[in-house]
Amino acid sequence: MSQQTADLKFTQSHEWVRDNGDGTCTLGITEHAQELLGDLVFVEAPEAGRRVAAGDACAVVESVKAASDVYAPLAGEILSGNEALADSPELINQEPYGDGWIFKFRPDSMEALGELMDAAAYDAFVEAEG
Amino acid sequence: MTRQTALHAEHLAAGAKMVDFAGWDMPLHYGSQLDEHRRVREAAGVFDVSHMTVLDLAGPGARDFLRHLLANDVDRLKQRGKALYSCMLREDGGVIDDLITYYLDDGRYRTVVNAATRDKDLAWIRKQAEGFELDIAVRDDLSMLAVQGARARELAAGVLGGEDGAGALDLGVFHAAELGERFVARTGYTGEDGFEIMLPNEQAASFWRALLAAGVAPIGLGARDTLRLEAGMNLYGTDMDESISPLECGLAWTVAWEPAERDFIGREALERQRTAGGLRRFVGLVLEERGVLRGHQPVIVEGIGEGETTSGTFSPTLGVAIALARVPAGTGERCEVEIRGKHLPARVVRPPFVRHGRSCLDGQ
Repeated sequence: MSQQTADLKFTQSHEWVRDNGDGTCTLGITEHAQELLGDLVFVEAPEAGRRVAAGDACAVVESVKAASDVYAPLAGEILSGNEALADSPELINQEPYGDGWIFKFRPDSMEALGELMDAAAYDAFVEAEG
Repeated sequence: MTRQTALHAEHLAAGAKMVDFAGWDMPLHYGSQLDEHRRVREAAGVFDVSHMTVLDLAGPGARDFLRHLLANDVDRLKQRGKALYSCMLREDGGVIDDLITYYLDDGRYRTVVNAATRDKDLAWIRKQAEGFELDIAVRDDLSMLAVQGARARELAAGVLGGEDGAGALDLGVFHAAELGERFVARTGYTGEDGFEIMLPNEQAASFWRALLAAGVAPIGLGARDTLRLEAGMNLYGTDMDESISPLECGLAWTVAWEPAERDFIGREALERQRTAGGLRRFVGLVLEERGVLRGHQPVIVEGIGEGETTSGTFSPTLGVAIALARVPAGTGERCEVEIRGKHLPARVVRPPFVRHGRSCLDGQ
């Protein structure tokens, strides 16, 4: 477990979620996911104000080879997309847990966050997935 | 079981991410597809294309056979070593494969066909060859490396060394020469200058290492696709297949109608299509908004009808999304592409998009 991921939660669809401590969360895709996708060239972030249900496809990341959906892990409201990705989608490759975040959202309830994997469980999940 | 080229261990040593391609375990990239793309445009890269099939056709009937088999005419090849790009067609005009044929000597030709179509190509060629006096040899003993890029000729010639290097530098565009055990052709698939080099399998690894030592970067299949698409070159299986005639995939220029008495397979069908008219256009598209074009997205041409992209990508050189597309006759300069339910505006252009590292879009 790296320092970068110690406070993050993870989904089986390879998103990470950070609890910002003020009722909001930040979401991105994992180091493993960006590695599988390869060089990212386009990101379609969700619009602010949009309501999402858990499991909704709400953003799209496109690498040179493929497009991939990004899913909302919890129900809530989108607050903002990462505007820096419009000009520099490669931030996701360079800093998936930092400047390469994709959107911020306000979950209806933080409780479900606890059901997501922690970094150790996610690492084991990735290994088992092969 | 996936097949491996003679360079398999070299790919692993270079840190390649390997993927199954047409039954071959091939490098997708060695770290970053975008970096590899740029390396070819700016300097030089080497691709292992040994999975492609090399055929030698030799015998007194070889010329007549190829004049029957191919939509282009090998009689256009007057000089030894000259290469010809052609489609191999079904009777109904559908494309079985696209290939390059080199004229080696009287009664001796070399042809390179795609990896994914190997079995059906060989079966077709052998069947059509009945009644012609020639031998067909599959050259699985040869490896093939493509060295491409702005500095490719200079660097590859240095590795070939001495007289062979000088001989390679003397080659005209789309010409080849047998230099000792090696066959060097000034052909490629990236829109850059360079060579495709065939050599005995047992020499492939040391030649590969020498190229890398000379500063040539290893390039995977990922960048091969973005480079060829920028160069506006067709990919078999996505831009064309057996359901499409060369007249509708931008390859009408490869059909040799003259002399009129040459009876190549598919001729009648192509003549009927040409006479009937209304053929779909094969064009380039440049997306005018952010996004990425992919193959087989709907193309909407207002007041005319619908077409589809046949292959698309984000162009690393141009920084925009580009595609090849088949669109209705009468399509003008504008269209829309449907991406995930949204209609985004695109400009219709004439491929290629990039040639020798420079944009071809200005002035179009």
